[in-house]
Amino acid sequence: MKSLFLFLMPAALIAQATGAAGARDDSFVLKGATVHTMAGAEIQNGTVIVRAGKIIGVGKNLAVPKDLKVIDGKGLQVYPGMIDAGTEVGLIEINAVRESEDVTEIGKFNPQLVALTAVNPSSEHIPVTRFNGITTVATMPEGTVIGGQVSLIHMDGWTTDEMGVKPRAGLQLRFPSIALPGGRGGGGGNPDADPTSPLAAARSFTNLKQAYDKEISELNAFFEDAHRYKLAKDAKAVGFKPDLKLDAMIPVIEGKEPILVTARREREIRDAIAWSDKQKVKIILIDAAEAYKVTKEIKDHNIPVILGPSLALPLGEDSDYDQAYKTPAALQKAGIQFSFATLTGGANLASRNLPYQVGQAVAFGLSHDDAIKAVTKNAADIWGVGDQIGTVEEGKWADLLVVDGDPLEAQSSIKMLFIKGKPVDLDNKQKDLYEKYLNRP
Amino acid sequence: MKRLALLTFISTVAFAADAPVLIQNATILTITNGTVKGSILLQDGKIAAIGDKVMAPAGAVVIDGAGKYVMPGIIDCHSHIMAEAINEGSVSVSSMVGIPDVLNPEDIAIYRALAGGVTSANILHGSANSIGGKTIVMKMRWGKDAEEMKFEGAMPGIKFALGENPKRAGQAAGRGGGGGAAPGTGGRYPATRMGVEDVIREAFNDAVAYKANWDLYNAKAAKGDVAIPPARDLKLEPLVEVLEGKRLVHAHCYRQDEILMLLHVADDYHFKIRTLQHVLEGYKVAKEIQERGTGASTFSDWWAYKIEANDAIPYNAAILVRKGVLTSLNSDDAELMRHLDKEAAKTVKYGGLTETEALSLITINPAKQLMIDKKVGSLEVGKDADVLLYDGHPLSNFSKVTKVWIDGHEYFDLDKDVEGRPAKESEKKALITKAAAEQRANGGGRGGMNNATGLATTPQGVPQQ
Repeated sequence: MKSLFLFLMPAALIAQATGAAGARDDSFVLKGATVHTMAGAEIQNGTVIVRAGKIIGVGKNLAVPKDLKVIDGKGLQVYPGMIDAGTEVGLIEINAVRESEDVTEIGKFNPQLVALTAVNPSSEHIPVTRFNGITTVATMPEGTVIGGQVSLIHMDGWTTDEMGVKPRAGLQLRFPSIALPGGRGGGGGNPDADPTSPLAAARSFTNLKQAYDKEISELNAFFEDAHRYKLAKDAKAVGFKPDLKLDAMIPVIEGKEPILVTARREREIRDAIAWSDKQKVKIILIDAAEAYKVTKEIKDHNIPVILGPSLALPLGEDSDYDQAYKTPAALQKAGIQFSFATLTGGANLASRNLPYQVGQAVAFGLSHDDAIKAVTKNAADIWGVGDQIGTVEEGKWADLLVVDGDPLEAQSSIKMLFIKGKPVDLDNKQKDLYEKYLNRP
Repeated sequence: MKRLALLTFISTVAFAADAPVLIQNATILTITNGTVKGSILLQDGKIAAIGDKVMAPAGAVVIDGAGKYVMPGIIDCHSHIMAEAINEGSVSVSSMVGIPDVLNPEDIAIYRALAGGVTSANILHGSANSIGGKTIVMKMRWGKDAEEMKFEGAMPGIKFALGENPKRAGQAAGRGGGGGAAPGTGGRYPATRMGVEDVIREAFNDAVAYKANWDLYNAKAAKGDVAIPPARDLKLEPLVEVLEGKRLVHAHCYRQDEILMLLHVADDYHFKIRTLQHVLEGYKVAKEIQERGTGASTFSDWWAYKIEANDAIPYNAAILVRKGVLTSLNSDDAELMRHLDKEAAKTVKYGGLTETEALSLITINPAKQLMIDKKVGSLEVGKDADVLLYDGHPLSNFSKVTKVWIDGHEYFDLDKDVEGRPAKESEKKALITKAAAEQRANGGGRGGMNNATGLATTPQGVPQQ
């Protein structure tokens, strides 16, 4: 497909990609497009200058270095590449095939595991995801309690080393919860089940509360172990033996690395906030569907929130039908820093639908500018890579999407995509199959 | 909570004849006759007029549609909402059972689908069986009972299923042993795609013989000869209806080989497959599907959730349309069902369908597939007034459904939904307070609620009653 790719590329890009002009393929000038920097007002007829993968100039009527190729962006819109702030891209190929899944490890406490280790750079999901303008994702391990380290990865690279933006971006923690079996639509549990059955008894509030208390005390004990370990390590205690699990906890208990806490319902969110206060750790809430009920506390604690898909059913049978649609606008109104995650792992591995998930939030009250910011600047800031990506500004990686319309609309098409300044192949397996079978005699 | 939700909307249950509704100054996407800038009149349950200028009849509710869009109600050709159970998994031919017997009109998914613009849906049996149960087309008349929600005059259908799902029940006997078989199925036949074909052929062999017995009997009886009627077989009767063209076959399928297999089986037994459902590799055998006049109802972009979905492409619908196959997009999911319009928009990007072609995938095309297109699927005078009002173009991700009419009756109104929320919230609080008081009176303490049933329990979770 490489040959097809070259065939379809604009001539200026071919020169870059092949190095025919002797220039680096990650250095160029993009001229004439409307540039949405997400760090200030949009620039009509703007210029973006990129050298060695980094943006070295953004503005109007900039002097163009003579040694750089010029790419015509007339009539097109330039945005920072979008960031899916929580997904499993690269860690799973086909849901139903256990052998293709590297998301969930055995054991309750696995802070030493790093997602990037298991990212498959050849995954078909990578070119499919970037096709819609997603240039970076936070890919997450998942466990019963601590699943491992979330990795920020670029949607391009020959190897995991090249893909990694921040391999240890945060510690994944599924906060213990009392998961009551709801009714229909409430998930889990048959309301007509025999209340005297062992299953119903096991799911009684009392039993679930006991299990929850046990899990919380295990979690706290694990953190206490980490503190003791750090003391011993710092003191260079005699007989100190390195422990990979506890070693991985040190940046976390020092407050240098955030914990990505999955907490969906109000009670879990409140518990997680209270717990983080006690532990003096930095947290990011993810999949916090009921964050809209806890906005004051979240705002007071300055906790960032990564929302799950907006195109989602409400949690409760009696919830507003549009709750998931309007939650982003509610967080925006409350002044909470938030972003979006597709979480994938579900039925359709839909990281590529990130822009449309966000579009739905716009339909229900989120401003368009805030929507774009959520999946660019906010996502980068929340994940601690705001100095590298997330806006079109000098000094950042040239992760640029060049689109013929609004990137949040399904009808728009990405015309060019750059990751670290390199033009990225917009072909993928699905497009190949399309072209092949459209032309079947 | 189910009842609580129902109470809120109970006002929609009983209504006298609806006043005529005239929407003016709107962009009207008729689907079959282009776009009209003007008015549409809903009267006596039907679309009474569409045009630049339509006079408002006496007593009409007039809506200003400036900046707004009107389109026909969305039709979902594959859904399982309302169904209390969907898989009779113990046998691989379960044509004796049917979804019409297990419909729950209080399923909140109906209201949510309405809010997403769905006015009719094909409610199917599950896919655990090579030949599954009977299916039914419903209108989303929220607040009515199941009988009143049935789409009058719609052809009944039956679900078939190919590939991994019907195989799974046989996995206990296959390589890899266990894991997939439903409880009580004991690794039943079939466990391969070869077996699935055989199961379907065996069933139709039986159905042909059964039909011959009845034809013989009917011929004798018609002549006045003495004849004893054959014993009725509830499993074979629906298959005879298939052979006679009185019941539509909706076949769940993924891979091109199994699609072709089923088309050959249907050829051999002289019946038609009305729709191939999911049909994710339909684009590979579009020619063969088109030649038989079979329809395709697919997802916009689901893929990679199992091996047989690995070659799924979001261009599937577009290729099928371009190759002349009658194609629709479906949901198969209570969440996806709420934004089929947004799914249709993707086919403009993936494969370059026109806006009308894209919208046809969720309106007139599924109507034709379900043979209800004389009544619904487009905005035409005389058709049922199943109509949506949007605050922007339906294919934009920034637009939403604001009103939904079925048979000219308003079943959803976004403003009214929002206005009703405080009342719903206080009603909920009152109910919770009441339940808590009752529980205290019964001696159940904090934590003593058996969550699944609401029965008061002891701290050990043992019910007291």
